[in-house]
This record gives sequence, C-alpha cells and structure tokens, in this order.
Amino acid sequence: MALAVAGCGADGDGTPEIRVSAATSLKTAFTDYADGLDDVDARLSFAGSDQLAGQIRSGVRPDVFAAANAKLPRALFAEGLVERPVAFARNRLVLAVAADERGIRGIDDLTARGRSLAIGAADVPVGDYTRTVLGRLPDATERAVLAAVRSEEPDVGGVVGKIAEGAVDAGFVYATDVRAAGGRLRAITLPASLQPDVVYEVAVVREARDRAAAQRFVDGLLTGRGAAALRRSGFLPPT
Amino acid sequence: MSVLRRGPGFALVAGAALALLLAFLGLPLVAIFVDVPPADLVGALDDPAARDALWLSLETSVIALTLILLVGTPAAWMLATRRFRGRSALLTVVELPLVVPPAVAGVALLASLGPSGIVGGPLGDAGIELVLQKAGVVVALTFVASPFYVRQAIVAFEAVEPRLLEASRTLGAGEARTFLAVGIPVARGGLAAGAALAWGRALGEFGATLMFAGSFRGETQTTSLAIYERFATDFTGALALSAVLVAASAAILLATKLLTPAGTEVRRAAG
Repeated sequence: MALAVAGCGADGDGTPEIRVSAATSLKTAFTDYADGLDDVDARLSFAGSDQLAGQIRSGVRPDVFAAANAKLPRALFAEGLVERPVAFARNRLVLAVAADERGIRGIDDLTARGRSLAIGAADVPVGDYTRTVLGRLPDATERAVLAAVRSEEPDVGGVVGKIAEGAVDAGFVYATDVRAAGGRLRAITLPASLQPDVVYEVAVVREARDRAAAQRFVDGLLTGRGAAALRRSGFLPPT
Repeated sequence: MSVLRRGPGFALVAGAALALLLAFLGLPLVAIFVDVPPADLVGALDDPAARDALWLSLETSVIALTLILLVGTPAAWMLATRRFRGRSALLTVVELPLVVPPAVAGVALLASLGPSGIVGGPLGDAGIELVLQKAGVVVALTFVASPFYVRQAIVAFEAVEPRLLEASRTLGAGEARTFLAVGIPVARGGLAAGAALAWGRALGEFGATLMFAGSFRGETQTTSLAIYERFATDFTGALALSAVLVAASAAILLATKLLTPAGTEVRRAAG
C-alpha cells in the first residue's frame, strides 16, 4: 500500500507493478490473465470504458487502458494521452434474459406491453452498440423497445445486475457477460444483420510508470496468456 | 501537561488543527466553484436533462425527508424516553445505515424489496413495485438518510429536562400531548439540525439509488447520477451540477444554523 501511494513501480520482491484500467466486461478474462502472471504484478480497475477514459482525461494515470470499443482509446491517442491502440479481442452483443425467463425469444418480444429493459448509457460502449442495434430495427419496433427502457446503466455490470435481480425482463449485454454470470442469465443471439462490430482496443498510457511492463502486459493480450484467458472467457480473436 | 491545557501553546496547536481541517474540507468544495465560470454554470442548467435531475432530486428528497420526520420523530422519542432491554441493539440497527457502504445499501435493498427479494415478491404480487421507479429512489434516500435525523433527534429529546416532562404529565397531559406540546418545541433546534443533515444526505445519495432505482432520465436519474454520467463526457456539466448540489446543501445547513441559534435546546433544557 505504501509503495502504491509513493508511486513506486515495483513491489517488495522486485516484480514490476502496473495499474490496468479495463472495461467492466473484461473483468473475468483480465483477472484470470493477471492471476497467472509472475513477471508483472497487474493491479486491475474495472468500470465503464467512458468512465475510465474520463479519469485519464482528469489526470489519473494507469499504465494500460483497455476499452470495450476502439473509439475511446483512439480519442485518447489523438489527445496525446496514450500510445497507439491495438485491437486485441472481439465480442458479440446479445439480448440477455434471466435464466428462467421463457416469454422472450427475440427482440420482437420486447415490444409487448409491460416489458422492461435496462441498457447501457449512451456514452458507454455497450450502450452505444445497443443503440446501433436498435437503429437498425424498423422505426416502430425501435420506439417500442426504447419505451420499455427503465434504466440506463453506467456500465455493463449494472445491466447484468438489473436482469439477474429481476429488476428488468431483459437487457443488451456482451455474450461473455452471460457466460460469466454462471447460469443466472440466458443469451438470445441477435440476427447477423443487427450484430454490431464489437472490437476491444488497448493502449499503453503515455505517462506509464513502467512502460516495458505495461507493453509486456499488452503483448500478452495479443498472443500469450492473455489471449488464452480471453478465449477461455468467450472472447473472439481480434480479426 | 498544564502548559498544554492552559497556556497559549495548545491554543496554537488547536488553531493550526482547525486551519488544517478547514483547508482539507473546504478546498475541494471551493475548487468546484473556481473551476466553473459562472456562465457555464448557468449554461449547464439550461440543459433539460440537468433540470430533470435537479427537480427529481428535490422532489424525492423532500418526500423522503417528510417520511423520515413523520416516522422518525415518534420513534426517536420512544428511544430517548424509555429504557428497556435490547435498546442498544435497536439503536445499532437504526444507526447502521450511517456506516454501511452505499453499494451494500443497494444490495440490501434489492435483497429485501427487489422483485426476487424476501418482501419484494409479495409486494409485487400486491402491485407495488419499487425497483427502477421514482418510489424506489425515495426508498433508497430514506434508507440512507433516516439515521442522520433519528440519531440527532434522540440526542435532542434526551437533552429535554425530565422535570418539564414530569410537570406536563402531572398536569394531566397524556404521552402524545407531552410529546407534541413539550418534547418537540423544546427539542426543535436539534430536530431541525438532524432534518437538515438528513435532507443534505438524501440530496447527494448515489450508490444505493443507482443499484436499487437505476438511472433513467426524468424517472430515477437524480442529480448525483447525472453528475456521474456527465463525468466521462461533459466534465464542465458535471462540475456545474456539483456546484448546484454543494450550494443547495450548504444553504440547507446554514439556514438551519441561522434559524436556530447554537445552544438553544441546551439552554432551555438547563433553564
């Protein structure tokens, strides 16, 4: 703790310590990856990608920023805050319902009276992808689905929680979230024509305290243990 | 030791401590106002989403405060004037939300009043739904803010001179009359201070509201949720809304202090 406060880049036994800000949907995969690392001590912080980008803009300096889209890392790159981002994983957006929900088989079932829905806020990647999907629906369907929205959550974890707790009937989350929810949720696959291109990009933060260790962490996401952990959690290869 | 207690040495130390405390507590709040040019503050309030959030905060916090006063005042009277077995346990339950983290409060509300919660199921069957509703915001605010009032109200009622209460009862007034005609007027300073704290806390509630009531503009998105949403993309807007919240809370606390001069209840109780 004292070391972290002092901003020191290594812990007691000399293992370099880095801080990783990552999208909430990466939680399972990144925790799995970080646990298996012995040459880097990665401290992970999860939140909505836009919140994490906001923190970096306000002067917070993690060593690595991993987002659930390409937009935010590229914006930070343009602002000179991070190195050039690279794509490291893809995901699929799905319609998620509670495991015991039988009445919903597709988006059309969301337009029935009395349905309730939680989606990501417009600025958070999952909310942005959700709006892309809804924008491809016939206008009347889109309006009816939007009318069923009862909460706009600041990250995908909020949407998962609202469905799992029965607060809403359904929500749009990533396929990996349903897998990570351990049987509490069921995924309904979206038609290919509606599926947005969900690409995750990662970047080393420009003022990273340990650039080499941060780069090793990023490299591992592309080919090493990180890539394996991502596949185990259900993420798809970047291309 | 005597130097520390009586001499100017300790006054100096205490004065320095006070200056440090004021700087530490005051600086971040002052910084909000320094960071927002007044024009931006007004501009941010022109945003309909911001106005919705401020109005919702005002509405839900006033409803929550009303519930807290109506239920909390007699409850605090009971806890202040009676001595019974298990009183400490009850006081602990009443005070617990003060120290419980907001996320725990949110989980606890979902587990009890949520659709699959222990009471939420039957409530739902009866047609009463709280999650993701304005009523859910009120529930979250009430849960988190009520201890601030009840605690203060107990202290205020306990400070009421027992002779006054005995006199009232001797003159034939019942418990309700004594509570209304003696207890509340004598303790009003402390009650007002507690109400101000509870209102301020309710205005700023975040975590329990987000988890239990969700965030939906015009329905459940209170000012602090709107601030959180703006933080990532519209920092100026977030600062402006924060400034309004700080100013409103400061006004509530200050008004209470000006309306009830310090020590009123103590002097009355002593006299």
